[in-house]
Amino acid sequence: MIGIITYGAGNIFSLTAALNRLNIPYGMIANAADFELYDRYIIPGVGHAGTAMNKLIDTGFVPIIKALTKPTLGICVGMQLLTTFSEEGNSNLLSIVPLKTIKFTNTQMFKVPHTGWNRVFVDKDNQLFKNILVGSHFYFVHSYFIELSNNFTLASTKYSNTFSAAIWQNNFYGVQFHPEKSGVHGETLLINFSKI
Amino acid sequence: MKPIGGLAKRIIPCLDVKDGRTVKGVNFVDLRDAGDPVELAWNYSNQGADELVFLDITATVERRKTMVELVKAVARQINIPFTIGGGINEIADADALLNAGADKISINSAAVKNPKLINQLAEAFGIQFVVIAVDTKLINNKNIIHLNGGRLPAERETLEWIKEAEDRGAGEILLTSMDYDGTKQGFDTNLLKLVNNMVGIPVIASGGAGTIQHFVDVFKQTNVDAALAASVFHYGEILIPDLKKVLKMNEIEVRL
Repeated sequence: MIGIITYGAGNIFSLTAALNRLNIPYGMIANAADFELYDRYIIPGVGHAGTAMNKLIDTGFVPIIKALTKPTLGICVGMQLLTTFSEEGNSNLLSIVPLKTIKFTNTQMFKVPHTGWNRVFVDKDNQLFKNILVGSHFYFVHSYFIELSNNFTLASTKYSNTFSAAIWQNNFYGVQFHPEKSGVHGETLLINFSKI
Repeated sequence: MKPIGGLAKRIIPCLDVKDGRTVKGVNFVDLRDAGDPVELAWNYSNQGADELVFLDITATVERRKTMVELVKAVARQINIPFTIGGGINEIADADALLNAGADKISINSAAVKNPKLINQLAEAFGIQFVVIAVDTKLINNKNIIHLNGGRLPAERETLEWIKEAEDRGAGEILLTSMDYDGTKQGFDTNLLKLVNNMVGIPVIASGGAGTIQHFVDVFKQTNVDAALAASVFHYGEILIPDLKKVLKMNEIEVRL
């Protein structure tokens, strides 16, 4: 069963609605003792990465999250929190995956936020993208991106520059797009995560 | 022309809703209940719509409650993003809709009457949540914005207002040309091109779609990010899979 880590950063109605539709069981993690109840976790998040990190710090969950060994999926800002640092508010983050979260520049040429359906190219063999064709479209809304890395990029997307659409390190996964809003491919990804 | 990376051009059906039911004619294949916005939305998302807009024209005092119920019902069933607009006047309206699962809200008259509302919404929820809808019409050869569903001309030039809205924190512009709306003669490509070149945020073209070629033209000639239409989709005059096939044949990036 998935435990959704709640820390007050953004609305999770659409995420829980998607899990309900897919019959994927889940519960809410509101305090430290709840972590034990679940065999995998989702870190949701929208809005400002620095603000989200401060809210996460306030919950006292940070040391627990850093020590997790069960599958853990960060979505959008929840993914960015896994990195070391974000240029959004020059914020220090969880430092689980040694990558940086960077602002899209080149805004004279490319519109920011990067909004809409873009292609996701899976670079590594991983169960998270099982049954999802390379180049499938997923729904993105973000102004900051995670840099590319040979070691940790699981899937990449091209915009003004190529960036990490998904990252992976051991039991930690992150996706920049919103699987709960990404049609059937997003649903497949959520099902895959529930079985990792 | 701004390049788009691999970003697909979006096709957006727009549904008018009153008291939780879709209004305007819908002549649609295999629907149990053509007035049910959720069933209609599901049908569109199944056909390959990239996003949906619900325009709520409920006028009762219960309106916020009915909008929230609608948004929740849509978010429970639909796996693509959607925007809700109509009568959103304050932060509390927006907050209730966000928590019910709306991806974006669209505001029009309320933003013109109180432009600071854009700043407040962007600060509270992020710019990606704030779509500014602009209804524009030529008066004495000037593009002038109109309020209250297009009934009331405001003393603002369209381009100047859009620039201000962007500066204040609009995340997207939904531009409806009233001179073209309902004509089925094509989108207002001249104005859309001007607007799209002026702003650094996504632009949705609206008003005038009659044929598949009109969608090809608006994307080719203006490079806008999305195109919205209502009746051509509701009456089955254009089927989204056919539309996307033709866009792709014309080398326009689409999600299939």
